[in-house]
Amino acid sequence: MTGTGNIVAALPFPTAAKPKLADSQLRDNLRRATHTIRDKRLRTVAELPEWERLRLAGAAIKDDVLARLPELLVEFEAAATAAGATVHWARDAAEACGIAVDLALSTGTREVVKIKSMATQEIGLNEALEAVGITPIETDLAELIVQLAGDTPSHILVPAIHYNRHQIRELFARRMPGVDLDALTDDPAALAEAARRHLRARFFSARVAISGANFAIAETGTLVVVESEGNGRMCLTLPETLISVVGVEKILPTVRDLDVFLQLLPRSSTGERMNPYTSAWTGVTPGDGPQQVHVILVDNGRSDVLADPVGRQALRCIRCSACLNVCPVYERVGGHAYGSVYPGPIGAILSPQLSGAGANATLPFASTLCGACFEACPVRIDIPEVLVHLRQEIVAAAGATPERAAMRAAAWVLRDRRRYSAALRAARRFAAPLRLVGRPDAVRHLPWPLTRWSASRDTPLPARETFREWWSRERA
Amino acid sequence: MNARDEVLTRLRAARPSGAVTVSRDYDPPAPDGTDLVELLTDRLLDYRATVRRCDAAALPTVLASLLTDASVVVVPPGLPSAWLGGTDVAQLTDDGGLTPGQLDLPGAVVVTGCAIACARTGTIILDAGPDQGRRVLTLVPDRHICVVRVDQVVYGIPEALSRLTDPTRPLTMISGPSATSDIELNRVEGVHGPRHLTIILLLP
Amino acid sequence: MRIALFITCVNDLVFPGTGRAVVRILERLGHTVDFPPEQTCCGQAHANSGYRAEAMPLVRRFVDTFAGYDAIVTPSGSCTAMVREAYPRLAAGDHGLAAQVAAVAPRVFELSELLVDVLGVTDVGAHFPHRVTYHPTCHGLRMLHLGDKPERLLRAVGGIELTELPGADECCGFGGTFALKNAGVSAAMLADKCDAACGTGADFLAAADNSCLAHIGGGLSRRDGPRAIHYAEILAATKEDS
Repeated sequence: MTGTGNIVAALPFPTAAKPKLADSQLRDNLRRATHTIRDKRLRTVAELPEWERLRLAGAAIKDDVLARLPELLVEFEAAATAAGATVHWARDAAEACGIAVDLALSTGTREVVKIKSMATQEIGLNEALEAVGITPIETDLAELIVQLAGDTPSHILVPAIHYNRHQIRELFARRMPGVDLDALTDDPAALAEAARRHLRARFFSARVAISGANFAIAETGTLVVVESEGNGRMCLTLPETLISVVGVEKILPTVRDLDVFLQLLPRSSTGERMNPYTSAWTGVTPGDGPQQVHVILVDNGRSDVLADPVGRQALRCIRCSACLNVCPVYERVGGHAYGSVYPGPIGAILSPQLSGAGANATLPFASTLCGACFEACPVRIDIPEVLVHLRQEIVAAAGATPERAAMRAAAWVLRDRRRYSAALRAARRFAAPLRLVGRPDAVRHLPWPLTRWSASRDTPLPARETFREWWSRERA
Repeated sequence: MNARDEVLTRLRAARPSGAVTVSRDYDPPAPDGTDLVELLTDRLLDYRATVRRCDAAALPTVLASLLTDASVVVVPPGLPSAWLGGTDVAQLTDDGGLTPGQLDLPGAVVVTGCAIACARTGTIILDAGPDQGRRVLTLVPDRHICVVRVDQVVYGIPEALSRLTDPTRPLTMISGPSATSDIELNRVEGVHGPRHLTIILLLP
Repeated sequence: MRIALFITCVNDLVFPGTGRAVVRILERLGHTVDFPPEQTCCGQAHANSGYRAEAMPLVRRFVDTFAGYDAIVTPSGSCTAMVREAYPRLAAGDHGLAAQVAAVAPRVFELSELLVDVLGVTDVGAHFPHRVTYHPTCHGLRMLHLGDKPERLLRAVGGIELTELPGADECCGFGGTFALKNAGVSAAMLADKCDAACGTGADFLAAADNSCLAHIGGGLSRRDGPRAIHYAEILAATKEDS
């Protein structure tokens, strides 16, 4: 059963990318932010001589989890239940939203505070809450920026990466209720202060919080949230009811396994040695934190991903976004071009797998296969390998296309030495008159559909003599 | 079939076969000559925390000097009473009933101990022990002063986690004051959690 | 040592000078180079675009053609990576083919690997009195892990002035059919690469892959920037040429 929710691109990637490429402010913002974080990541990763061993361990732990997932989920459920939590299961986005909405409605609350969570974005929980008259308040600074702008996130870790400080200041000045305009400059510290004032009363009055989880520990039934600002701690500590939406692949077998991921995640995501705050809670602790604790375990296409021997490595993902920050394609267009809540290289392999064949068919082609994502991935997801694998499925499903006909014809020529040599000779002869009309070794304009190439670059002409002609003349 | 059974059935059918071995060779010992207290201090200063060092005899004086601007000091139930012997700032001891509003008073400072500290990452781990109290105590006040005994300082994250007596207690790992990287991916200190973190390293 | 040259289809047709340069370098070092005429294309464009079935005959053809050589040298990082990294995956499930691939693929070397790792040479006796900047190409950098081997070879060239390319490890935006399917993004990446190259003040931009170079060079030829050149052609040049 395929996944549903905010994981399907409405437009083909090249179409969605076009206006982004034309937005020079956006490109400046993305370039500055991604390069800042890239350099930081390299510095802090270089501090750990055991980094490669950590990556191998991280990948192995996740592979072990995938091999034992049903047993580990049952173990998690038992431990969390014993600790006072209520565990729910959801097949897809609609079912997960239904459970969360019912739980929120049963408290009688009109608003919920939220910790940034990819799982809740994926299932479209905010929309589902709004539909029943409950206001979701995003409390992460970047999510707040996006929510105030009426925009959608464009990055896994930093949803507002496409805004710079000046734009955020303007947004706060126009949209943040009760903001102190005199104190509001475009200094990031002043912007953070404005967010603090804006949200503080909300934290204190909220009765229900909604979170995701970075990790769910089977052995103990513990959930872990990794964050920076303290908005997560506010949500995890102050309200009476906590609802956590957790993808089934977030399981770790034991507390010990956290030691790998608490080293891999911060250095890969924000480039810090450690994020400011990590919270771990196990069910209900009397007198400390929420006394009603719910966990919703969500499949939403993950079991389909698990069934694919090549593609399943995408389920190792810990949502660090290192692959986005190093991706040359992401850097030029930002997250919105990918359509799904999962942008960048990981999105290009995760979204099509979650949504199933047919949807998101242009995403696996939105890569040069440059390999920067694989190199940066803390759990060694070979994203280029999965991209190529998904391309195979997509072209197979597409049936007879002009591209397939061209590829077939080329393969037919290349399969035979005589056909190949003849084709080379023909190409060389065809090029000869072109030398007379233009420059001797290159042409500026090509006919359609190759105009897509020649719009930006000159094209070298075939040489006057192929290599094999030279060889047989000189050496054979 | 209910959702639970259906999800589990699907996962059983889909999962890979074969056991996976995890190599646990990722935890190097501290390099020879590593001074854990120096390393922890370096990391904390990098996060723009304030760091002080003193011995047990000097602790009340040091704490008193740090509390001169405080309006009220929030105290977990099991904090050693001698620690605050040098200050006459009003104390608010948590009996489990302090509200966020009480903790949010301007000038409120919370003083706690900790469970363990990790030098390599500059991380203080709280496990809601008696000298740390409920999570809310170290969250709402704008300033957190945490006393770390030198024997609580370990090198890396693996050792830090292994030393926790009960990982099912509410855990809070703190690495510097509240911060955000959400604006242009640069770290800026101070959002919702305490904007000022002071660590007192308690020497033997 | 029996060394075979795998010229690659793009070089055979468009950049035969690169192949001649490889032959010249190796012969100057006292080696004999063979050119098995049955060779055509490694199938990279097919495989990377999702046409696995169309690529398979080319995989078979490659391992048949090059069986029995001690070393197969190719002046292309991406074609080397295709054979060494992708062939084992493509052949998995076909025991006979997988065995052939396992025998041939590890003996396929990008030029700098053959020179530095196999033959133990960094000074190939070249002379090239120009200012050169080097773009490492993605496959060379991240799949083959060539490291600084090409630059070590270039540094030993007489008269050369090597200058660093800012953002050298970033993809140029070629990516095979990517340049057509996502022409806008490809052009944006190319523009940034050309900006960086022009900023170096170099006379030449060298790389280990003529497909990337055709893309970068095609962009540079519309500006007053460095000329694109395969680094084999620099290593082949001597004092008599200049």
